Amino acid sequence: MEAITARGLARDFGDTHAVAGVDLAVHPGEIYGFLGPNGAGKSTMVRMLTTLLRPTAGSATVAGHDVATEADKVRLGIGVALQDAALDPKQTGRELLDLQGRLYGLSPAERKRRVGDLLDLVDIGDAIDRYISTYSGGMKRRLDLAAALVHQPRVLFLDEPTTGLDPTSRAAVWAEVRELNQRLGMTIFLTTQYLEEADALADRVGIIAHGKLVAEGTPSDLKRSIGSDVIVARVAPADGERVVDVVRRLDAVASVEASGDEVLMSVDHGAAAISPVAVALAEAAIHVEGLTLRTPTLDDVFLHITGGRLQEEG
Amino acid sequence: MSNIVETRVHPRAAGFFADWRTVALRAVRLTLRDPEAFGPALAIPLFFFVVNVGAMQSFVERSFPPGFDYKAFQLPVAVVFAVTGVSRANSLVIDIRDGYLDRLLLTPVRRGTLLLGLMTADLALIIALAVPVTALGLAVGIDVATGIMGTLAFVVISGLWGLAFTGFPYAIALRTGNPTAVNNAFLLFFPFAFLTTAYLPAEVMTGWLATAVRFNPTTYLLGAMRALLQEGWHWAPILKGLAAVAGIGALSFTLAFRALRGRVNRG
Repeated sequence: MEAITARGLARDFGDTHAVAGVDLAVHPGEIYGFLGPNGAGKSTMVRMLTTLLRPTAGSATVAGHDVATEADKVRLGIGVALQDAALDPKQTGRELLDLQGRLYGLSPAERKRRVGDLLDLVDIGDAIDRYISTYSGGMKRRLDLAAALVHQPRVLFLDEPTTGLDPTSRAAVWAEVRELNQRLGMTIFLTTQYLEEADALADRVGIIAHGKLVAEGTPSDLKRSIGSDVIVARVAPADGERVVDVVRRLDAVASVEASGDEVLMSVDHGAAAISPVAVALAEAAIHVEGLTLRTPTLDDVFLHITGGRLQEEG
Repeated sequence: MSNIVETRVHPRAAGFFADWRTVALRAVRLTLRDPEAFGPALAIPLFFFVVNVGAMQSFVERSFPPGFDYKAFQLPVAVVFAVTGVSRANSLVIDIRDGYLDRLLLTPVRRGTLLLGLMTADLALIIALAVPVTALGLAVGIDVATGIMGTLAFVVISGLWGLAFTGFPYAIALRTGNPTAVNNAFLLFFPFAFLTTAYLPAEVMTGWLATAVRFNPTTYLLGAMRALLQEGWHWAPILKGLAAVAGIGALSFTLAFRALRGRVNRG
């Protein structure tokens, strides 16, 4: 049985189609990265899958239960850390975790043990007995994650867990996500707008744009789908279309997209293709500020599929 | 990196009463951490009591038959001023804005207990406000016609009134999620508090004010409380007062729980 399924899942807000019919299946024990720019529909998707928002159309199951008709059973099987740490600043960290345990029906002994377990994850020492209003941003994020784990969920939703964090804190969150997945076998549905995050953490990635799932696969499969190498020509924005016209005629170039001052060429053999590209651009008298060869990124995949850069759209 | 240790636990829906207790305990705890919720709510009615009695006692008592006790007439007003509008609606707005309400909604908590728990803490605070104001009245020499049981009933009726009124700010908090709108809810209190027998008995009022007083439920609440203090166990005014409390409670709770349903129905 899949940990998460969605069939034609959709959510409208008035005339806006925030999520426009998404099909997906997340396997048990998998880290699934849901990648897209701001406003693509990631958070709406999470709110539907976590029972906070009713779908306009379609259906979904999480932890084996229907999100619309068995919401309470879904809630028992999931943990959620939303985009902004959802905490009560006037409670202490320990009180907050204990209250979470009470709402999941844990006995006093279970709550005490779980809070003890999670202290290690939260890693804030004696501050656990201080008011949350005194915590730093990183401490709040870790406590929020701990609150999502009090009842040992089978499926964990992390909605942009590292947005706004410094690189050190981000690396710490990545390490925790990996450990939760590897040591506890927890299925993790991770939304992110950071390519490197999806690339580093996810077993599979779904790319969402304008409310639709436009690509899905392992990061390496997705990158391979646009060729084994990428040549990037940096030119004046006004020359972008001319470059596209010139290189499109070359056999070595599988596909080409212009984005701002960059033109991206997908090629199978980068080392062999870069010379013909350079010669063709020189013969066309196009001033090239830079010509680089690299392996594809998920951003390149996004550009190839949607015609826009992930970061630009964000 | 942490060293995650896992103890097996068995999550389940805790049940209605357990959820109610959990939400109420948090609300009581946070109320105790909000001294500003207690201080002004106690100081303002005491101020009005002292000023109103000081300014008007001689004049009013001279205008009525001997035995009319203006302090006893004013004490219910002071208690009603203390307990009306007490609520944790502002903290509910903060929960909405901070996303903490979402965190609670992600659990299997029974949705109705999210309000009932807050109202339970409100009732505790309301009683905590009514008792010292009532005690002050006794300390300044008010003689309660119904004795200790009547004094208890006096506090209970004021508590029920305060509780009945809490639904309005919660309805506004849940509908708007806006702290300014919640703060402005006190405007609701004005007609209830002043278009009534707060300063003088109904029989000396005329014109539109007499009409407003007759339709104001606070008039009947004050009537019930004054009966307990000054007349004895006269059930007609007491039952009218309880009916006024029930009516306001039915209205405000309906508004509040409908607003809660609107907030959590995932629409």
